[in-house]
Amino acid sequence: MGAGHGHRLHFHGHSAVHRLPAQCKLLALVLFVLCVVATPRTAYWAYALDAAALGVCIAASRVPVGYLAKRMLIELPFVVFALLLPFIALGDRTVVLGVEVSAEGLEAGLSLLAKATLGVVGGLLLAATTEPRDLLAGLEGRLPRQLIQIMAMMVRYLDVTSDQMRRMRIARESRGFVARNPRHWPVLAQGAGALFVRSYERGERVHLAMVSRGYVGQLPGLVHDEATTREWVTSLALPTTAAVAAVAGWWLR
Amino acid sequence: MHVPDGFLDAPTSIATGAVAVGAVAVALRKANKELDERTAPMAGLVAAFIFATQMLQFPVGAGTSGHLIGGVLAAVLVGPWTALLCMSVVLLVQSLLFADGGLTALGTNIILMGLIPVAVGWLVFKVVTAIVRQRKGVAIGTATAALVSVPVAALGFVGLYEFGGTANIALSTLLSAMIGWHVLIGVGEAVISGLAVSSVLAVRPDLVYAARGAVAPPELQIRSTRSEGASS
Repeated sequence: MGAGHGHRLHFHGHSAVHRLPAQCKLLALVLFVLCVVATPRTAYWAYALDAAALGVCIAASRVPVGYLAKRMLIELPFVVFALLLPFIALGDRTVVLGVEVSAEGLEAGLSLLAKATLGVVGGLLLAATTEPRDLLAGLEGRLPRQLIQIMAMMVRYLDVTSDQMRRMRIARESRGFVARNPRHWPVLAQGAGALFVRSYERGERVHLAMVSRGYVGQLPGLVHDEATTREWVTSLALPTTAAVAAVAGWWLR
Repeated sequence: MHVPDGFLDAPTSIATGAVAVGAVAVALRKANKELDERTAPMAGLVAAFIFATQMLQFPVGAGTSGHLIGGVLAAVLVGPWTALLCMSVVLLVQSLLFADGGLTALGTNIILMGLIPVAVGWLVFKVVTAIVRQRKGVAIGTATAALVSVPVAALGFVGLYEFGGTANIALSTLLSAMIGWHVLIGVGEAVISGLAVSSVLAVRPDLVYAARGAVAPPELQIRSTRSEGASS
């Protein structure tokens, strides 16, 4: 239907990072961001260490840095907040480049910037190197089965539904309508209503199709590879580095 | 706007995660009653619908725009438990496949964009529909619920930030900025949710979970051309 398969963030490749089982990458990322979040605020060298470790992973994945950098825009609203923090926070004042700012706010802003950026880049790397179906397979048995099924259905129909909405927008625009101010909200709302009816009816059709093929509330298991010890060790190198950085940060504070 | 990593400290992130896990576990059980074995296909499609509507930008004026969150809309359309499940899955997929919202902030995001809108919204909706009945009540109830739930979610964010925030900001500054901005977003969410529900009610009232019993389904009309066989 005029759209590519797979999801928008995936970067096709066969690197060591791409080949790691999804569950290993996922656990590594969760532990990594937890360690980053737990790092003391002013341990800037610890963030540098985390960034270096993540950099090694990016290099190993052979995903172009520009590809990830472009998609980091998602973080922008919070960058604005981080930049505002020195001006709105309370506490002792300090002078930076001739401007009086809150020392605590400055520290908090910098650490928020560092932590959020590390989290976003880590998330982007996972999304860029993991196919959705591998991710689902990796989660199977680790999350409730019902949740996995809902997720699987959602991921499968995500592009169909989004495309349907895109076509509705194109249809509106080709008739000369572009929503410019709140008076145009009813048109958008009717579009959303129509999209719901279409999605729900599609859900009913899909359900009936599944029932006619013998569905009784369970999907056959997804095919997934069991991770070897070596793969676990490889993927846990990233969070281990972050954990060392965090512990050292608290130790040397 | 999804909360990223590092916004709240580690203990708060873990605590919100635990609350979210508990809420999703209860929702899984209750949603089964709302949808039985249709849960996976229906909730999956509704989740895809919510994901798509979150990309629907509505112009606020002066070149800025907001986007729908959809928690209240989902609760009215498919029932609160299924809605909570759908919102949680949407947020999980967004953080895993789109790097939108931090993984450690997933619990926070589920509470702010799933649990609070659905719980507060459903409560407000029930109160309003008890006063205003019929089709009008469902639309007005949805709009009121959305209008209330967005600032309440902002309030929840301020509360979490006071508890586990990383900078010392005057509570009043943060509160007035967050609430002020989110009342505006709430108005957009309210108008669009209300109108979207009434447009669904107009064509398929049977699909609106919250309108079951409140709005009578249209009767089947069998029409035929009266002047059969008559030539012009």
